[in-house]
Amino acid sequence: MSGDFKDPREPGPALRVKALEELLSAKGIIDPAALDVLVDTYETKVGPHIGARVTARAWVDRDFRQRLLEDGAQAIGEMGFGGMQGEDLMFLPNEPGVHNMIVCTLCSCYPWAVLGLPPTWYKSAPYRSRAVSDPRGVLREFGVDLGNDVEVRVWDSTAELRYVVLPERPAGTEGWSQDRLAAIVTRDALIGTGLIRAPDGAGAPAP
Amino acid sequence: MNGLHDIGGMHGFGPILRDEHEALFPEHWECRAFALLIAVIASGALSMDEARDGVERMDPLLYLRTIHAGESYYWRWLCATEILLERKGIVTAAERHNSRPGAGNVPAGLALSCLKAEDVPERVARRGSARLGMGAPAQFSVGDRVQARNLHPEGHTRLPRYVRGRTGRIERDHGVFSFPDTSAAGLGPKPQHLYLVRFEAAELWGGEPGPGAVLVDLWDDYLEPSDERDT
Repeated sequence: MSGDFKDPREPGPALRVKALEELLSAKGIIDPAALDVLVDTYETKVGPHIGARVTARAWVDRDFRQRLLEDGAQAIGEMGFGGMQGEDLMFLPNEPGVHNMIVCTLCSCYPWAVLGLPPTWYKSAPYRSRAVSDPRGVLREFGVDLGNDVEVRVWDSTAELRYVVLPERPAGTEGWSQDRLAAIVTRDALIGTGLIRAPDGAGAPAP
Repeated sequence: MNGLHDIGGMHGFGPILRDEHEALFPEHWECRAFALLIAVIASGALSMDEARDGVERMDPLLYLRTIHAGESYYWRWLCATEILLERKGIVTAAERHNSRPGAGNVPAGLALSCLKAEDVPERVARRGSARLGMGAPAQFSVGDRVQARNLHPEGHTRLPRYVRGRTGRIERDHGVFSFPDTSAAGLGPKPQHLYLVRFEAAELWGGEPGPGAVLVDLWDDYLEPSDERDT
């Protein structure tokens, strides 16, 4: 290996971020306290629980579901949600014979306003490379085995539109409250890499 | 640019490694790198298109490490922020190395507004479509057969390699949006229609078992009419 190879990781990231933050603060471009609030927002306030609540409502409220499919951003706004990386939002309903999943092959676009920040696997090469060309193989890795009669639609987020899968409501959840339904909605189901199954004993009266 | 970021359809990266208990920001610097770029974009110093362009211009080996070899994702944000602030003359390499502001200040003509802590909740919750409030002629209508152009721009583009030259169908007209290729290069928004285009899996990959399609958002400038017959 060449002796003048320069490791792009030198100096380390902690020092580099600190230097940038101090310089930008000194120049009046950023407020370090605003950075604290941004971090707290995505650590504690914006996350997949939002997508779970939206899904649960769409399952029990047919008019809301209709509005959600027409204009996702407008509809989640009714529930007090929405904003950054969710300004233009399309919900993709799974239905018998059609399964949707989302990816960003070029970078890491993700519907933050509904799901928070993405997991590392979503931003990594194995998922980004194969989701478009081998979605059934990817789904099998997630334990989802779709029959070859099911159409798989993969949505590659190349623009400012953000996509979210609207999963099918599992059988055995009739009569459940929105809170109880929201508790079984998973992040992966909203990405399209998971299915929602009612827990064992579903259909029993709520405890 | 035909960079390492454009990996749709590539092989060889192995299984998808999931850690259901991973922390949002395993190391402290990662949360600062995340918030720093958001705050810089909120100040008006950079656009999202420029931010993506910055990531694509980072050292390719380091990029590869961040998508496949366990280095933090937020390296991408840190490198993009450094590259772009330097390109714009807002923070020079010398300033970074010395950790001290140089004699020059922020370049004149940049009207920046610092995002304050108390304004963060409003900024994060702010709605409002990225659609541009202006008209532009649409080249295509829903149902049209289109071919993605075989373009290889050296600059930023959102036309993935795996659709270039392939034929699809316009599923939806999203309206008029800023064009990332010119926007990222500082050449203005070049407003044009953005479409949802459906490509059948068999058209892209050959013999995919079972029915399937990939749906991609593509701008007018990426597309041309296709004379291929409906199948």
